[in-house]
Amino acid sequence: MKKVIELNINGDTHDLLVSSNHTLLEVLREKLGLMGTKRGCDLGACGACTVLINGEAYLSCIMLAVDAVGKEIITIEGLAAGGDLHPLQNAFIDQGALQCGFCTPGMILTAEAILTEDEHPTEDVIKTKMAGNLCRCTGYKKIVEAVMSVNEKIGEEA
Amino acid sequence: MEKELNVVGTRVPMLDAALKAKGAALFTDDLVLPGMLHGRILRSPVPHARIRHIDTSRAEKLPGVKGVVTGRDIPDRRYGIVPKAKDEHALARDKVRYIGDDVAAVCAVDPETAEEALALITVEYEALPAVFDPLEAKKEGAPLIHEGVKNNTSFFIRKEFGDVERAFGECDEIFEHSFYSQAVNHAPLEPHGALAQFDPQNGELTVWSSTQIPYFLRRNLSNTLQLDESKVRIIKPKVGGGFGQKIDMFAKDFCAAWFAIHLGKPVKFIYEREEIFISTRQRHPMYITVRTGVKKDGTILAQKFQAFADGGAYNSTAPTMIALSCFFLMIPYRVPNLIYEGSHIYTNKPVGGAMRGHGIPQARFAVERQLDIIADRIGVDPAEIRIKNSIQAGAPHPAGFVINTCGFSDSVKKAAAAIGWKEKRGRLPLGRGVGLAGASFPSGVSNMSHISSGAVVQLGRDGAVNVLTGAADIGQGAETVIGQIVAEELGVPIEDIRVTAADTGITPLDPGTFGSGVTVRAGNAARLAAISAKQKLLEFVADKLEANAADLVAKDRKIFVKGSPDKGITLAEALKGYQYADLPMPIVGRGSWMAPASEPTTLFKEDGNFAPNYSFMTQAAEVDVDLETGKVKLLKMVTAHDCGRPINPMLVEGQLEGSVVGGMGQALYENVIVENGQVMNPSFLDYGFPTFLEMPEIEAIEVLTDDPIGPFGAKEAGEGTQLSPAPAIVNAVYDAIGIDFMELPITPEKILAALAEKTKENDKAQ
Repeated sequence: MKKVIELNINGDTHDLLVSSNHTLLEVLREKLGLMGTKRGCDLGACGACTVLINGEAYLSCIMLAVDAVGKEIITIEGLAAGGDLHPLQNAFIDQGALQCGFCTPGMILTAEAILTEDEHPTEDVIKTKMAGNLCRCTGYKKIVEAVMSVNEKIGEEA
Repeated sequence: MEKELNVVGTRVPMLDAALKAKGAALFTDDLVLPGMLHGRILRSPVPHARIRHIDTSRAEKLPGVKGVVTGRDIPDRRYGIVPKAKDEHALARDKVRYIGDDVAAVCAVDPETAEEALALITVEYEALPAVFDPLEAKKEGAPLIHEGVKNNTSFFIRKEFGDVERAFGECDEIFEHSFYSQAVNHAPLEPHGALAQFDPQNGELTVWSSTQIPYFLRRNLSNTLQLDESKVRIIKPKVGGGFGQKIDMFAKDFCAAWFAIHLGKPVKFIYEREEIFISTRQRHPMYITVRTGVKKDGTILAQKFQAFADGGAYNSTAPTMIALSCFFLMIPYRVPNLIYEGSHIYTNKPVGGAMRGHGIPQARFAVERQLDIIADRIGVDPAEIRIKNSIQAGAPHPAGFVINTCGFSDSVKKAAAAIGWKEKRGRLPLGRGVGLAGASFPSGVSNMSHISSGAVVQLGRDGAVNVLTGAADIGQGAETVIGQIVAEELGVPIEDIRVTAADTGITPLDPGTFGSGVTVRAGNAARLAAISAKQKLLEFVADKLEANAADLVAKDRKIFVKGSPDKGITLAEALKGYQYADLPMPIVGRGSWMAPASEPTTLFKEDGNFAPNYSFMTQAAEVDVDLETGKVKLLKMVTAHDCGRPINPMLVEGQLEGSVVGGMGQALYENVIVENGQVMNPSFLDYGFPTFLEMPEIEAIEVLTDDPIGPFGAKEAGEGTQLSPAPAIVNAVYDAIGIDFMELPITPEKILAALAEKTKENDKAQ
């Protein structure tokens, strides 16, 4: 069964013809070309497809597109405001918290959701909440350091 | 003397880091071409069978299906990554040899239709007896998996150095132990994919593939499709990790190309995660027996090593893998008398291939574990026994390896100090322990053919530098490291460098990413290309500056006389002058590099140097064993690594940290479980490689040596560190609970069973 839905993605509204079994990941990648959202397992087990829904981290490969109607969806392409990169993106770049880059969009969005929910989470909280995001390259150390460095700066005067 | 370096040795972020952080880096699955079709592969549900008949008619009639291909339709061309070990067809012809073997492929308007069509193909199999264990498979009378391969042993290597029998006679103590290492999946986050496009007018095929080695893929596709190599262009997009798993050609590459050629439309194949676990490659399970003889003080006199690798259904890198297992017994320790015997044995299981360390992690687990047992039994400190037996730079080597620099004993000392060895070893409470293990790894190979890299460096009129390299960056940062080398040589900041890489239609020949050879091999080629480009400009500027070209240096976007930075001109001025002097523009420098090898051999028969240089490393672990649950927590891992002079310390640390966590997975968690040929845990959920929660504290220590062969003194950093985390952890577990584990991984079940057994023995003794 196909139907037309309206999705709010990165601040823009899109009218989309989707099947009721289409995942949000499929719609983002295949209908909108938002390729920053990655398909690593299609089973909700790796976190590469993470997007923000009303500010919270969701796995778009196990979420139906029709269930995202009426919500504010942010993908990695929508994280940076204007031309400036988001502080998390800068921290990942400068501190070597990415290697192949395939898990990176999901990592950054999950971290953003954690820092939005809780201004100064401890390192243990960050590790626990990011445990659903897998990385095979970095050994996680520099990712934790990058997220912590942004965490420490939150609330500081610019 | 410290070299004065500006770009080399600095923590430059990867050149493509921002693209990756923005989600704008394009991997194979992110590429879309107009009119693109999608393919899926039908896989064998049985471990060993003859294919009687395949009926594809119903699949072909399904609306949306554009084509179906089986092994009978394609040229009878075997392929394999090692030329003399070719034993695979892109699609099975007569037989299937494991559950997951490639049988047929469908191409359709979308992946769902292709998937639906797979179910409409009927294959009539005649079941054959199957064999799943290499020790069974090598017996007389076992089912034969490949015609003509006796005892399913596709490769056997045996060599003796010194006089082993006599040396064992001179030993004070002799130890013999058997070990087992399990199957480990590389599990790169990016699924394997290929996208192919064919131009029927000029007969040119272009394939974008998640590959580590574009030029070998070109050769394999050219051979199997029967197309001229010049008509096949491989472009490597961003690759989301490989770790060795993306070295081979796979059915997805061949079938995407096949359909693109036959249908005249672009075709994409992307593997599902389950297919990656079952039908790509894995680290070889290996049974190993080691017999080692020592003097009372721990000096190793003699060793006999016997390994049986479970190759699964095909060879892939078999000869290289088993040779590496054996050759690297002779480093980092001095083993004056050695016999090794390595066998690669077929079984009806998923296929073994290159994986980070490539045959050596299994051998290191055995040897490093046994060394600890020996040290313990003869009362020598495990750190001391390693230092005592360390090979030394410049010393003659029994097999002819040339060791110009060796930081091994330093790495033992530094790792031991950082883990608190003296205070902790044997002194921690029950359940806590420390352990260490060492290793060495080659920076690429010098002793085989086709292992050379080329590079081109072009200087634009505005001073911008364009580097062409065949090196395949799969996330380790090869392009950045090469960019830094070129920037250093030309005296420009990294911002001035653009790297174009890994496109067989544009970039110079390069063997690709394997054997940890990229920095040394492609780095040296790029450096030579930069020197050649620079030389042209220096010669032009020399007259103007009334100096010899040999006395000029390029630095900070300027060219000046050595020692007089004020007397010079800017790079931009020099380039402008060059242009107006009617000299050919742009300035192009070419470089190519192959490791020095006096007598290229394969080492299978003759001795010789294996690699341009060798990295050395020690891992030291501290663990906590929960005596109630049997769970082992790796608290801290120190990795002291001699990678020469790091070109980019931040990227080196990243390699070491990732390697350590992967090695921890091998020690404690990961295991591709196979029952009667069926993989039982082919998903991230069931396989369970380490997450944020398992990560230990990691301390990466550089052991600086300045290698004469590597560019700016560099050696490998990517693979060596995955050799010894597992034995270091298992050695620490011995220190914690006094139990010697000989099989990986050491799961809570094994720990609890061993603890219960120990309690029973203690009770009996009382």
